[in-house]
Amino acid sequence: MADYQSLDIRRRSASTDSSPDVRGAIEVAKLIDVSKCIGCKACQAACMEWNDLRSPIGDNIGVYTNPQDLDPNTWTLMRFTEYENPDGNLEWLIRKDGCMHCSDPGCLKACPSPGAIVQYQNGIVDFISENCIGCTYCVKGCPFNIPRISSVDRKAYKCTLCVDRVSVGQAPACAKSCPTQAIVFGTKADMIAHADERIIDLKTRGFTNAGLYDPPGVGGTHVMYVLHHADSPQLYANLPKDPKISTLVAIWKGGLKVAGLGLMAAAAVGSFFHYVAKGPDEVDDHDEMAAERMKEESDRS
Amino acid sequence: MTRDVPHTTSDGGLTYVSRYTTVQRINHWVTAALFTMLTLSGLSLFHPSLFFLTGLFGGGPSTRAIHPWFGVVLFLSFLMLFFRFWSLNLPNRDDIEWSKRIGDVVSNRHDRLPELGKYNAGQKIVFWGQSILITCMFLSGLVIWDQYFGTYTSIEPKRVALLIHSLAALCAILIIFVHVYAGIWIKGTGRAMMRGNVTGGWAYRHHRKWLRKEAAAHGIASEAEIYAAHHPAPATKAEPPAK
Repeated sequence: MADYQSLDIRRRSASTDSSPDVRGAIEVAKLIDVSKCIGCKACQAACMEWNDLRSPIGDNIGVYTNPQDLDPNTWTLMRFTEYENPDGNLEWLIRKDGCMHCSDPGCLKACPSPGAIVQYQNGIVDFISENCIGCTYCVKGCPFNIPRISSVDRKAYKCTLCVDRVSVGQAPACAKSCPTQAIVFGTKADMIAHADERIIDLKTRGFTNAGLYDPPGVGGTHVMYVLHHADSPQLYANLPKDPKISTLVAIWKGGLKVAGLGLMAAAAVGSFFHYVAKGPDEVDDHDEMAAERMKEESDRS
Repeated sequence: MTRDVPHTTSDGGLTYVSRYTTVQRINHWVTAALFTMLTLSGLSLFHPSLFFLTGLFGGGPSTRAIHPWFGVVLFLSFLMLFFRFWSLNLPNRDDIEWSKRIGDVVSNRHDRLPELGKYNAGQKIVFWGQSILITCMFLSGLVIWDQYFGTYTSIEPKRVALLIHSLAALCAILIIFVHVYAGIWIKGTGRAMMRGNVTGGWAYRHHRKWLRKEAAAHGIASEAEIYAAHHPAPATKAEPPAK
């Protein structure tokens, strides 16, 4: 599609187009090392700044998470969790929430509008707003509860992984702004290698369950976490342990849509051949004359 | 007066029985038009190869916006049909006998079928099937109508609702396929919903019990009587119909 190699399209919603596969695809990834995050929200501010987004001012409900949830203008959100570990110590778990850029994106599978959601060869999943029809199917398809629908234009919004920056060789705004390099960006292979070093380091510091969050249920993601408690990701503001596309969505946008069209076609073809085989059911003279006799009888009485 | 069933009886005229009132016919066709528009707009979002149907409704966003409103109007329109016809669609013993002989039904072998009231079991299945499915679609449709009802449920119930909505729609569309085909296959049926009456022969062939009841209650009209009813002669008395 594009002159930028990174914008070659791998998958396009509601389309059967084949992807250009001659050029080798380099998958990118953002790695978020939760153990290095200091909760400064520079990433959140940078996201607003780069994407020119401003959420309306909300309410302070006594927690650091602000705003309280993702919204059409908040594509990334620091979620703060106060976790009392089994040793009785308080751990402040801070997770930067946002689109995970799944290899097997539930949003894209659910989307009925051709080209409203695309997955580039580099793994970034992007919403092409001009094609979005506001059906909200992506919201149901997403295993991470990420897309948000704007009440202004009824379109879906989420993190683009700064596809506009990545396509010209820049890191996403959040990664660029992170003062502790808790957010880093590069090829997926490099990020996994970097995560491995970090995990070894964390394990030597007593976090024996430290690990990488790259859930296989969605084919891996292009936003990954290093978690000190990788055995229980739910601790981090309900990060799903084994996310996958809901079975309900898989049935609906998998077999049912094909079987449904097939059944309708079969009904039409079957009806046609019934007519050919058995012919029309026509009223004959015998019927009309019998009715006339009934009329005569009823007229007499 | 034109005829769509070119049969002649002994005196050269056909007999007619009234089957649907004008209001019933309008109610039916409003519902049918809405069902058609809902099918087209719904299918456009069901399978990617049918997305082009959104062009009929002004593109994707407007199709998505208007589909639920069609649904609301259809639900109200169908509700009126339901209250008009539910009592006539209660199952009875003849339905069992008729259903057992479905092979004869599809082979046009009326000599082997029981005499029936106003509706046969197939028509009753259409009625009750649509009643249940339209209710399912209306309720599940509210759950996935995010613009107005998005905040009332979480995502999981919406996923269930989407699946119910599309399954129910598929079944409803299949039922309507059969319903429409029956109207094409069974000759002489169309005028019941277009003009309100059927020929006596049609009623005798398909709904004989109903015809007997109608004959006893309201009598059967001859073509000449219907003509006279629609064209009252101002001065001279119309020729009495030949017996």
